[in-house]
Parts: sequence; structure tokens; C-alpha cells
Amino acid sequence: MPTDQIQYRYQPGNLTRSEPNKLRPENLRAEEMIINLGPQHPSTHGVLRLEVLMDGEIVHEVVPHIGYLHRCFEKHGENLPYNQVIPFVDRLDYVAAMNNEHVYAMGVERMLGIEEQIPKRVEYVRVLVAELNRIASHFIAIGTYGMDIGAFTPFFWLMRDREHILRLLEWASGSRLLYNYIWIGGLFYDLPVGFEDRCREFVRYIKPKLPELETILIDNTIFVDRTAKVGVLPLDLAINSGVTGPILRASGLRYDLRRVDGYSVYPEIDFDIPVGEGRMGAVGDCWDRTFVRYQEIHESLRIIEQCLDKLTGEHIRTRDFDPQALVPKKIRPKAQDLYVRGEIPKGELGFFFRADGKSDIPFRCKCRSCSFVNLSVLPEIAKGILLADLIAIIGSIDVVMGEVDR
Amino acid sequence: MTFENFNRLIAGISLQHEVKFDLNARPNAVLLSPDDLIPVCETLYRNPATYFDMLSCITGIDNGPAAGTMEVAYNLYSIPFDLHLMIKVILPREAAAVESVSHIWKSADWLEREVFDMYGIHFKNHPDLRRILMPADWEGHPLRKDYKHQEYYRDIKVEY
Repeated sequence: MPTDQIQYRYQPGNLTRSEPNKLRPENLRAEEMIINLGPQHPSTHGVLRLEVLMDGEIVHEVVPHIGYLHRCFEKHGENLPYNQVIPFVDRLDYVAAMNNEHVYAMGVERMLGIEEQIPKRVEYVRVLVAELNRIASHFIAIGTYGMDIGAFTPFFWLMRDREHILRLLEWASGSRLLYNYIWIGGLFYDLPVGFEDRCREFVRYIKPKLPELETILIDNTIFVDRTAKVGVLPLDLAINSGVTGPILRASGLRYDLRRVDGYSVYPEIDFDIPVGEGRMGAVGDCWDRTFVRYQEIHESLRIIEQCLDKLTGEHIRTRDFDPQALVPKKIRPKAQDLYVRGEIPKGELGFFFRADGKSDIPFRCKCRSCSFVNLSVLPEIAKGILLADLIAIIGSIDVVMGEVDR
Repeated sequence: MTFENFNRLIAGISLQHEVKFDLNARPNAVLLSPDDLIPVCETLYRNPATYFDMLSCITGIDNGPAAGTMEVAYNLYSIPFDLHLMIKVILPREAAAVESVSHIWKSADWLEREVFDMYGIHFKNHPDLRRILMPADWEGHPLRKDYKHQEYYRDIKVEY
């Protein structure tokens, strides 16, 4: 196509044809109006469009429209060999790429039947980087959530601290955000020499910073007023809607796949699962969700410390250790269907594989993304609330649109 | 969940077709005929011995024009009993349709919309069956094995 040619001619009807409103103006009752929120709006955390039926300030109905960031993950997955899908897996939940890779690699290893043979050191490194990334993801979640409802400073503080994690992970893998570090059967490289010490330094640095976060944001009266008893998600609705992750735990269920399934080396590690207790009035409100994430940061730090102890003690690096030793030259699983799941910062990430046993390419590679399912509960809890509370609820669900739209 | 337990569970309901088991799948899979899906799902959901309260994932699978079938796989999980079960329904490729389970599990709402979007499988009695990821005026269902994308979408060349 010549470069001077206009690629896209704007026609006013285009918008209504590609993503038409579900609500019809002729069905509105008196005083009701349809307000369009997004897709380009900072409080929607990306490109989420909400069609909101309002009466004055009261929200009557919310219809989410998604798909603006659809990048055909599943189509790519059906056309690439298993190991080449990993960079696309990174781009699902792009603020927690290590966790995505961990689940994906675990699934393919389970299909190949080499899950039990992975060296312990590799598994501990995987858990270490995944938990580092979990902290970074929760920093984003809490920081941007504060910004959504008017607190600007915590965002900068958390971005400053997250930068240390990104630099650590960049040191290990070579890239800041999308790592391609965890490979099927092993790792890209072993940790760089000195990583454990720097990681311990980071843990020492971050520990006194967290109470500061609690003071400035979590216990802040303005924050509590904006989030307590807002967007209460009852437990039965949460389970029935398939909600997982910190949102489900905030509703009061101690359900964490790291403990329930006990995959990787998590059974050998001591950590607690924080749940919402309704300290600000109602179990499962926006404040509980934020507080669960905050407590999970502490738990992740505990996991990191235990991993570091193992990596410098029992499973210390040796000269002949090769993290790529088990990486298969040819990845051709037997014909089977497999559903694998794991806990990423937003909830349960699942992959459904169908291998036909004849090729290196998955016949079907489906991603069950937690943000997608978590977002589907939004219309249920956003009824009869104020518009400002709708923003607070979206932020507390912590969706990453890259994972919703895949 | 073992197949003996499953057989004992569905002994009480009258099914129109024989139930087959797929030992090659993890978690263990049950192959149902589309007519039997709703009674089995309701039993699994309500029976106090299983109580499958969470529907994790719905996957559409296209076996290709040569095989002439499509499949829908449901991954169920029971939180209180820590049980997994996969249910698979095989549908003809032409005019594929199956009953919606969204009145049992609310999570099925969007997951079924996605399967409809990508495969064109119709879910009967679904409350709001619209496309979800692709634009409403997109032609065809992209994850079908014989899918050919359109040349232009709104004057934008689709081929890149």
C-alpha cells in the first residue's frame, strides 16, 4: 500500500456498527440516560468501554464492552510451536509476565511428563522471580487504584519501589517487562552471580516502606471513606461468577491455588493466605480487596526470603548446573487434553491444551484469563451505586486489559 | 473425580444417550450428548456429595472440516471437595448449538459469548449472546479451522 494513501476514512456510522450499544434509547424510562465511559479513559485501566445507564448520579446498569486490545493470542497459539508461544503468554498480563510463564511452562511440562524431573533449583528460581513480579503487580494495582480515587503520592512511591524489582528482573532476563525467562523444562539462564545478595538488599529496603504505604493510603481516612462498604461482593455471587484471586479472598474464602493445588515448590514454603475480614464495615468491599493485596505483598516477601535461603543453602549454584539441561529439543506431547491452572496476582490463570500427538504446535491453546472472568462480575455489583463508586469498583477489581482481551 | 463416583452420581437421572469417558484427558473427562448436558450439570451443581460450585473455563474446539465436529469443553471445580471434572460435548459442525449453562453458573455468561464469537456455536437460552472480543460487524468466526479472514475491514487491509 502506498504510504500517502489514507488507510482509514472516518465515517460517523463506524462507531455504532462495530460496537453498538446494548441499551436502546427507546427503552429508557423517564430521567434515565445512557452515558459512555471509555474506552480511552484513565480510570478504566486501559481500553475498557462501559455503557452506563444512569438516573442523575445513580447507576442503574453497566454494560462492559471489551475487545479493544484483542491480539489473537489463541490464534497465535495454534500456529506456533509450544516454546514460541511463551513471548505471547508474557503479553497476556503484561505487569506479571513471570507468573504467566510459570503457569504455561508448568502446563506443557505436565503434558510432556517431565514436571517431576525439573531440578529444585530451577523451581525455586521460578518461584522467586514469580513472587517478585507478584509484588510489582500488586504495587501497580494499589498505586493506580489510589490514583483513580484521588491519591497521587502513593502511585509515585510505589512506582519508585517497583523500579527496583524491574531492575532485578532485567538483570536476570534482559528485559524489563516481558521476560521470556521461564522456559519449558528450565530457565533461559541461571540467576546472575550476586543476584541473591541484591535481592536480599531489596527485601531489607522494601520492608520499612510498606508501613509507610499503609499510613499514607490504606489507613487514610479519605481512602477509607471512598472504599469502605463500596462494591460489596457477596461470597456466593463471587464463587458462582467464577471470580478468583484477591477479590475472592477479600470476600472471605481462603482459596489460593498455590496452597489448594500446591504446585511447584509452594508446599515446601511457609506462607499465609490473607482473607478479607471486613475491618472497615463489610466483608468483600473495595477496601478489603486493597488490604488483601497489601497483605499479600508481605506474604510474597516471606516467600522470597525462604527461596533465597534455599538458593544460597540447599540448592546453591554449582559450576556444572545447567538450567537448560531439561529443555526439550523437540516438544511433541502425546495426544491429550489438559487443563492447567495456577495463581497469578489477579487470580486463576488457566490454559486448556489439546495436543494431537503429531506436531509441535498445539491443536488448541485456550487461555482462561482471570481478569476476563473477574470483570464479568462488574455489572452485578454496580447496580444502584453512584458513578464515583463505579470508578472505585473498577479500580478495585484490578483488571489488566491485555489479559481481558488477550 | 473418578468415573465410578460419576456413574453413581448420575444413576438417579434418566439420560437419553450413553455416557462415554475420556481417559486421555486431565482432569478426567466425561463425554456427554448435548441433550444430557443440562440435567447432568444441574445434578453436579446441586448434589451435596459433589457440589461443583465453580465453572472455571469453557473451551470451544474445532476438529476441522474433515472430522466435521466441534467440541465444547467445560472445566468444573468443586471448592469444598477439591474435585475436578471436565465435561465435553461433541456437536456437528453445521449449525452447532448447545444449551447454555449460564443459569447455573454466572461465569458461563461471558465464557459462552467468547466461544460463540470465536466458533459460531450457538448457545440456546443464553441471556445475551453477542460477540464479545471481535467487532460486531466482523465476518466469520476466527478460530474455526477453515476460517478465511476478510480482505478489508472498514477500508483497513486485514492482511499485515
